[in-house]
Amino acid sequence: MEQSQAQSPSPPCDTRFDRLNSDWYIDKLAQVLMFVGGISVIVFIVGIFVFVSIEGFGFLVGKFEFSEFFFSPDWRPTSQTKETYGILALMAGTASVTGFAMLVAIPFSLGAAIYIAEFSSGKTREFLKITVELLAAIPSVVWGFIGLAIMNPLIIQVFHVPVGLNILNAGIILGLMAAPIMTSIAEDALKAVPDRYREAAEAMGATRWQMIYRVVLPAAKNGLLGAVLLGVGRGFGETMAVLMATGHSINLPTSVFDSVRALTATIAAELGETAVGSNHYQALFAIGIFLFAVTFVINLAADLIVRGVRKG
Amino acid sequence: MVVAGAQKDEIPHLAVRDLTIRYKQFTALENVSLEVRRNEIFGIIGPANAGKTSLLKAINRMDMFDSSMRVQGLITFNGIDTRKVRNVYGLRRRIGVVFPLPVGLPLSVYDNVALAPRLAGTKTRADLDVIVERCLRRAAVWDEVKDRLTALGSLLSGGQQQRLTIARALSQEPELLMLDEFSIAVDPVTTMRIEDVLKELKKEISIILVTNLVQQARRLADRTAFFLDGKCIETAVTEDLFTGAVQDQRTRDYVEGRFG
Amino acid sequence: MFSATSLNRKNDRKEMVVRWLLGGMTGLLVLPVVVILSVLVYKGGPVISFEFLFTTPTKGMTAGGIFPALLGTILLVICALLASVPLGIASAIYLSEYAPDNWLTRAINLAIINLAGVPSIVHALFGLGAFVIFFRFGTSILAASLTLAIMTLPVVIVATRESLQAVPYAFREACWNMGATRWQTIRRIVLPNAVTGILTGVILEVCRTAGETAPIMFTGAAFFLPLLPQSVFDQTMALSLHLFVVATQVPNMPEGVPYGVALVLIAMVLIMNSLSIALRMYLRGRKKW
Repeated sequence: MEQSQAQSPSPPCDTRFDRLNSDWYIDKLAQVLMFVGGISVIVFIVGIFVFVSIEGFGFLVGKFEFSEFFFSPDWRPTSQTKETYGILALMAGTASVTGFAMLVAIPFSLGAAIYIAEFSSGKTREFLKITVELLAAIPSVVWGFIGLAIMNPLIIQVFHVPVGLNILNAGIILGLMAAPIMTSIAEDALKAVPDRYREAAEAMGATRWQMIYRVVLPAAKNGLLGAVLLGVGRGFGETMAVLMATGHSINLPTSVFDSVRALTATIAAELGETAVGSNHYQALFAIGIFLFAVTFVINLAADLIVRGVRKG
Repeated sequence: MVVAGAQKDEIPHLAVRDLTIRYKQFTALENVSLEVRRNEIFGIIGPANAGKTSLLKAINRMDMFDSSMRVQGLITFNGIDTRKVRNVYGLRRRIGVVFPLPVGLPLSVYDNVALAPRLAGTKTRADLDVIVERCLRRAAVWDEVKDRLTALGSLLSGGQQQRLTIARALSQEPELLMLDEFSIAVDPVTTMRIEDVLKELKKEISIILVTNLVQQARRLADRTAFFLDGKCIETAVTEDLFTGAVQDQRTRDYVEGRFG
Repeated sequence: MFSATSLNRKNDRKEMVVRWLLGGMTGLLVLPVVVILSVLVYKGGPVISFEFLFTTPTKGMTAGGIFPALLGTILLVICALLASVPLGIASAIYLSEYAPDNWLTRAINLAIINLAGVPSIVHALFGLGAFVIFFRFGTSILAASLTLAIMTLPVVIVATRESLQAVPYAFREACWNMGATRWQTIRRIVLPNAVTGILTGVILEVCRTAGETAPIMFTGAAFFLPLLPQSVFDQTMALSLHLFVVATQVPNMPEGVPYGVALVLIAMVLIMNSLSIALRMYLRGRKKW
């Protein structure tokens, strides 16, 4: 047997194949390196929790009082007389803006997802999908700027209110920001519904809409729920746009025209003015821990629900 | 189980003892034993799902990549226990295998066949040219691709891809070549050409030929084993199978076409 | 032979209504992009000029150009890419080629999803606590780009993993049967055929990184810097932060300037995004198997 290496099999058996060569060692090294890369993500997410907690730890064991933190609307960390660290108003700010955004975004995103997935085709579909993607690419600071420069005067003019930086402004902006990701996940969920469901409905004489309403939507409901949750998570964690478009008053809102302050915006607005290690500084980190925990739960839930879709 | 014509002093090229292969609850092979001697063509015939492909996978340790496959028993290659080998890649290089699914790698035809020699250390263009041409000729596909060596292997026709797969296996310059129903995607004329090549190759290497075509085993194999439902029913000198000089009725039935 | 009954006609009308309604909703989603771009071009366009892009600001940021911010954004993006792309590719290769189906793999996947969902301000806090303070990098390009790298890691991982998994399993088996090691197979067959997909992910990452403000605000970007950065331990200006400050905190800003900055930023992002989309369409046309 011809061999390109200068060896010939010595009778009776050639066992020289069983040697550890450089290929073998390189393969093992590659395996280790890839594994390190793989677990790096876990290291980072744990690291985020750890480092944010370290900086906020002082607050948690010091000035933190559970009932005040979560139930008092008085966020006055710089007060001369009595510092208070109640985030109720801030939570209300985040909740109201996110809630309004979802009110705007959910119907539009679902509607758009249904239209794109079920009613459009070919070039129109491509165009729509690309535009939705471009919508998602706009940076949040640009959105915030739009809220300031465009939406603000618009709201003042249209609704005759004195200030245009409020829940309405930030809500619409946030809705537009969350819409693309919701649309695209909802679209995936709709596409995941097997064609044979649609064919069965059509065979029974259903119109397109009837088929969608009675067959496809119920089948996709897990994925659609997941899409909504992800949108909520996105809205909850958004910083710059909310910072620039909600105004700066810390209060419990009573109408959509009220200015509010969100949790994320508070950190961004105040961190620069604190001294490292001060109570205020640590309290802001404590808010960070809270934000991390909430978005962790939301994302976990969304993932479980969406994964349930793919298995079933 | 009957083994015919064993010689006591020679270490067989490949020896299988009490091999059992299970996939979760399903037993693909049960207590199979056989030997492949040097420079022989060892045929394996039997109906589908008799465990033949699982046997080949166990021999070249491809069960490593299938977590549902459980292998028990002993397989030795050149006397070494394949399950205790240190460099499993070295083992696979000495054993070439052709499965029935034709796979052209998304490289040029030339690079498809040059891949194994390159991995083994051959670098110069001249050496590689020689190997590529020889393997493509032996796989009976040289004439069709010699002017298209830069074409993508994954875009060739099915039959060409199957022969390309054979050429790749040959390019490893293996000691043992295992063919699993290689003629499925190949037309009869080309099959005959490849069969001639196998008869020539027998002088240099050992060959395991798994085939659905009983007559092909008759043409090529020195000894043949009959597998049924995961068991090796018997092994015999090929001619004995066809002249009826075998022990088991089932073997006779299969060979004579009463089932399969 | 079949003529429409009144029920059919009613259903068809309903269908038309629904179609228009949903189409309108989609349009309303799409419209803002058009409107925003138009306004930005209209009000910011006049400000854009060679000077604007390539000279430094003067008169307390109210005049002159935005070059340091533009340069800073590019620097931050490049450094973030240098950190996250190799790590992201390694991670994706592990998940696609090596990872067994066990709890660790599930944990990694969960970590990726969560990392992608962490609010940007929390990334900023992390960057501050870890890189600026704990590792003592101070507020610097290094700290800021590492923070950005971790933030955009999931994008690279997911894009890479998908393009690796798009390579048919049969190719890997064919290589393994020949005695190639896992790494040789990855290096010669799998990775080269996944490159375009990886590029798409990288470009997406660039888009996100360029537009981020919060993570760099406290870790290395600053508004008014008299000098260009000399090393990775220096601070830098950045387009996103520049826009934020110019739009909210600088008095006597000529009206067009914030629009101009926003236009430059969005143009950068949209161009890169279009590149990614074009690349994907090119990919679809070029079949290799």
